[in-house]
Amino acid sequence: MSSGISRRNILKSLTIGAAATSVLRVIPAQAAEYAHHMIAAEKAATKAYAPKFFNAHDYKTLQALCETIIPADSDSGGAVEAGAPEFIDLLTSENTEYQRIMGGGLLWLDSTCSDRYDKAFLDCSPAQQKEILDKIAYRNNALSDLSLSQGVEFFSFLRNMTADGFFTSEIGIKYLGYIGSAFLKEWPGCPPVPGV
Amino acid sequence: MAQVIRSPKTYDVCIIGSGAAGGTAAKVLTEGGLNVVMLEAGPLLNPEKDFKEHVWPYQLPHRGAGVGGRASADFGEFLAPNGSWDIEGEPYTVAPGSRFRWFRSRIEGGRTNHWGRIALRFAPVDFKARSTDGMGDDWPITYEDLAPYYDKVESYIGVFGTKENVSSAPDGVFLPPPKPRCTETIIKKSCDKLGVICIPSRLAILTQPHNDRPACHYCAQCGRGCISASNFSSSQVMIPPAQKTGRFTLMTGVMAREIVVGKDGKAEAVSYIDKSTRTEKKIYAKAFVVGASACESARLLLNSKSSLFPDGIANSSGVAGRYLTDSVGSSGFGHFPQLAKVPAHNHDGVGGMHMYMPWWKFDRKNEFLRGYHIEFGGGREMPGVGGFNGICEDYEGYGTALKQKCRDLYGTFIGFAGRGEMIPNEQSYCEIDPDVVDEWGIPVLRFHWQWSDNEIKMARDMQETFRDIVETAGGTYYWRVSSDGPNPYGISDGGVIIHELGVVRMGNSPKTSVLNGYCQAHDVKNLFVTDAASFVSNPDKNPTLTIMAVSWRASEYLLDQAKKGSL
Repeated sequence: MSSGISRRNILKSLTIGAAATSVLRVIPAQAAEYAHHMIAAEKAATKAYAPKFFNAHDYKTLQALCETIIPADSDSGGAVEAGAPEFIDLLTSENTEYQRIMGGGLLWLDSTCSDRYDKAFLDCSPAQQKEILDKIAYRNNALSDLSLSQGVEFFSFLRNMTADGFFTSEIGIKYLGYIGSAFLKEWPGCPPVPGV
Repeated sequence: MAQVIRSPKTYDVCIIGSGAAGGTAAKVLTEGGLNVVMLEAGPLLNPEKDFKEHVWPYQLPHRGAGVGGRASADFGEFLAPNGSWDIEGEPYTVAPGSRFRWFRSRIEGGRTNHWGRIALRFAPVDFKARSTDGMGDDWPITYEDLAPYYDKVESYIGVFGTKENVSSAPDGVFLPPPKPRCTETIIKKSCDKLGVICIPSRLAILTQPHNDRPACHYCAQCGRGCISASNFSSSQVMIPPAQKTGRFTLMTGVMAREIVVGKDGKAEAVSYIDKSTRTEKKIYAKAFVVGASACESARLLLNSKSSLFPDGIANSSGVAGRYLTDSVGSSGFGHFPQLAKVPAHNHDGVGGMHMYMPWWKFDRKNEFLRGYHIEFGGGREMPGVGGFNGICEDYEGYGTALKQKCRDLYGTFIGFAGRGEMIPNEQSYCEIDPDVVDEWGIPVLRFHWQWSDNEIKMARDMQETFRDIVETAGGTYYWRVSSDGPNPYGISDGGVIIHELGVVRMGNSPKTSVLNGYCQAHDVKNLFVTDAASFVSNPDKNPTLTIMAVSWRASEYLLDQAKKGSL
């Protein structure tokens, strides 16, 4: 890392990047590298992950949602074991658009649950949680009930990020059965498979 | 700004840019006995430190998506350094009504550190466009002029492929190709049924040890850079032999601003900004080779204004910046149920396709002029961020059902990308933006862009062909393009395929071209532009191999002229 890079400058360059000409963004390589070192150092020092963006309540809700989207089963652990909440929190802390969707989405979920069930999402019964999630997990529901559309946008975004976090984890890659990134002396080609 | 500092010595040749064109020139010129200095706007490359080869996504906190998820737009965190659609402090502008994006690198080796390694020769007909169909212009050189240099480049860098005798895709000097992956076996069978030519691809990756470089180890990560240099990059393959001669000086972190003309009308120096000190300096040489990437090369010429050349050095024709083209791109994907039956196995292979479809409809009349080739890939690749968005959006819901759906569908998709020839038009060009300078005080480019009907018809044909190939193989094609809007039939925005070129073209007439067939400026005989700016047309073949062949040929000519004292 070159000298003279301060945390302040990194953060400044990241915000400028987000605001620059519509579709074009810049991630200075040294900023990315700096962020890696920052989080690696923090993880090593504290062991337990301290959320960077979400408050304690929202982070708990996030963890619950991630695990609901990709749960543990007999074949593998789920999204929480895969580190999806940490991954989502890290990226959200660095991106104002993600902050709007994720931060706003969690608040929307709690206030919607509060309206319907008089409780925050985490305090709702499993049946109530399932009821609201079944509403926002499908785009078609927002066509008949416009009040769900923000929830649907949020859940769709969260589902993508949870899948990203799970399927790029060690357990997620093993679950899929990806084999590779190896050093092979010979390339064997396609194994014999009927019809291929 | 401080006073301009003069360099103490005069080099034989100053090369601007260290990518495919500059690297090739450096090797040929230094090995020919000349003293060469090279200016590179970015830093030195350090493969061991800079490459993320064999890193798993979970070993990075951002899993490959980069800070704030933004690296995904720049091909992800794993990409070999460096490249971006936007460089902080170095903007470009796009004229109202145009859609254009410009991917640039600032590092030793330039974009060759992460390019696709697709190494295709142009065909004889590609040099004779106007004679063939009346559009565009012929090159001042022929395939036969360039063939010996294709041979030299391929023999030196190593390209795998097979002799096929397809007239649109001339054979070269090839290493053996890798065996097909399962995805490629399926598509090849489908193409055979349809009469679409599908043959082993031609990539600059070593399938056996070659010129002191070890063979590929089949991790499919060429885009991350290769620590064993088993694929081609200028930084690892062209620059080292130049350094070995002891006649090569590489200056990094220096941004060329202007080529200065002497009283005799020849180029005498390059004014550049030393980025570390923000001072302007000059470096003197007897000859200059510009290979800054096509549009940067045009920008440098246009910014080199003098009383002799008020419109930019060597630009008495006014052609510099004109005839900007990119490849026509359109892509899609299909689902192949038979891939679900394939057992888990290592599907990686080399870092790119093992097979491809060269232009196959050259023997008939089509609804559009020129042609395209098809690239394809998919199957059981290393999972990455964004890779499951499509499944999540199609199947929705959550829970074990979604998790299992992702696993069932993983590895069952194959994507297709068409790469076609755009015919140069009057509406697509770059020029100096009169209002904007970059952080080094250098005026920036403004782009103008328009596709013509020919390219849009080509994009439609690509989509129809992808669908035919997928359906013939028993798969389902995802037709996700519309015939209208800003990107009809999924045609890419200008520049997005990163084959932007043609803006300092060669030709026989000094009135309609900047360079002669040796990439030598008509107006300034010690000035050469040897990157893809010099191309007269943009055939349906990725430009890098031809950049190297053209630069090699120009450099041998330059050597010969220097020896004769006629520069």
